[in-house]
Amino acid sequence: MTKPTDFGAVLERLEKIVRQLESEDLDLDGALKLFEEGVERLREARDRLAAAELKVKQVLTDQAGRVRLDDVDG
Amino acid sequence: MGRGLSLDLGAAVSAEGAWTVGQVTRRARAVIEAGLPPLWVRGEITGFKAWRSGHWYFSLRDETAQVRCVMFQSDNRGLSVPPTEGAQVFVLARPTVYDAKGDFQLTVHELLSTEAGGLWQVALEKAKAALAKDGLLDPTRKRALPSFPRRIAMITSLDGAALRDVMAVLARRWPAAELLVLPTKVQGENAAAAVRAALALLGRLEGVDVAIVGRGGGGKEDLWAFNDERLARAVAAAPVPIISAVGHETDVTLCDLVADVRAATPSAAAEAATPDRIELLGHVDHLGMRLARGLSGRSDRARERLARSGDRLTAALERRVERLGHRVAELAGRLDALSPLKVLERGYAVARDADGRVLRRVVQFTPGLAFRLRVADGEVPAKVRES
Repeated sequence: MTKPTDFGAVLERLEKIVRQLESEDLDLDGALKLFEEGVERLREARDRLAAAELKVKQVLTDQAGRVRLDDVDG
Repeated sequence: MGRGLSLDLGAAVSAEGAWTVGQVTRRARAVIEAGLPPLWVRGEITGFKAWRSGHWYFSLRDETAQVRCVMFQSDNRGLSVPPTEGAQVFVLARPTVYDAKGDFQLTVHELLSTEAGGLWQVALEKAKAALAKDGLLDPTRKRALPSFPRRIAMITSLDGAALRDVMAVLARRWPAAELLVLPTKVQGENAAAAVRAALALLGRLEGVDVAIVGRGGGGKEDLWAFNDERLARAVAAAPVPIISAVGHETDVTLCDLVADVRAATPSAAAEAATPDRIELLGHVDHLGMRLARGLSGRSDRARERLARSGDRLTAALERRVERLGHRVAELAGRLDALSPLKVLERGYAVARDADGRVLRRVVQFTPGLAFRLRVADGEVPAKVRES
């Protein structure tokens, strides 16, 4: 499975892993593999949710009509 | 030379030839009353005053002129409420001259508020009908907001409170997002065109998941820009879902109607646009616990099966389970490092409802609510006492 990039996809995958681990009759190897991926997704999800500073940018156009993004001080 | 309307300079300067003020106003009144029968007049109320006598005094105006009006108590007592300032009305009135002031005025006998409030309201209804005809007010065309937006755009004025409010909410709930501000005028002349230009610019930005069009506070008349039909069409045609946060509690603008979501305030718009980080953390932690439990359940069962089988494969399998056990312990260690259990070990507890949502406010604990209390070594079923 390719690494999901979007938080929604990470969360969805994690939820699916948990459900599988809880309900499906997997052999121990398979369960372990799922668990391993689950831990990875969990870490990813928590990283995404870690407190971050909101980035604010101002959208401007120059004289040629090109779009420019300027940082704004929060 | 008799009295007449023709100019008579000789008469004008002699005491007996001059008209008295009373004579001229009375004559003017007679001419006006004879020449203008009672008629219906349409205009906007201004300077309304209800006197203690019960008589109403106001002026009616349009773009070019205004005229004083009086509506006596005997005529207005049938009306439940006095007209509001600025209301568009029709009056049945007799044009006359008020002798004591020499004022031309209308004596109003009947007053009808145009049903929906006025001429601008008529224009608004017309625009609304045009939008409806093109299917732009159809609730099924409203787009769903993304669950986890990465880029949020906001069309607003840089110095308004709206931007500050939105930034505060985003910083608290979903700081992982990037906020792109498209500065624009939101009130006054040409505001509608300015917001349209910002929407066009929005279409050129990449990766925007949702956009907020917002303004804070301000008077009712400042809403006019957002009743512009062309602007409403631009909102409907925007490439990303739009949350409109421009209205008043009571006044819904055309922009509100065509937007995918209408929010009462810019803060509410920011809440609608984002998930709550803390709530999600709780959900993710809960998944982590279920993950760990899921695996330990598995390995317990494997161990049981092994014990039951008791044949010569046991030794080999046992070694394998042993190895897996080490691996589990190692992974569990990583899980533990991520987990809130460390906090729980210090004596804190987390309450969750049946759906796993973290309960953090007293109001969430409704009487009789069953919930689960997570403590360091497991979960305890709990229930709020019935009041």
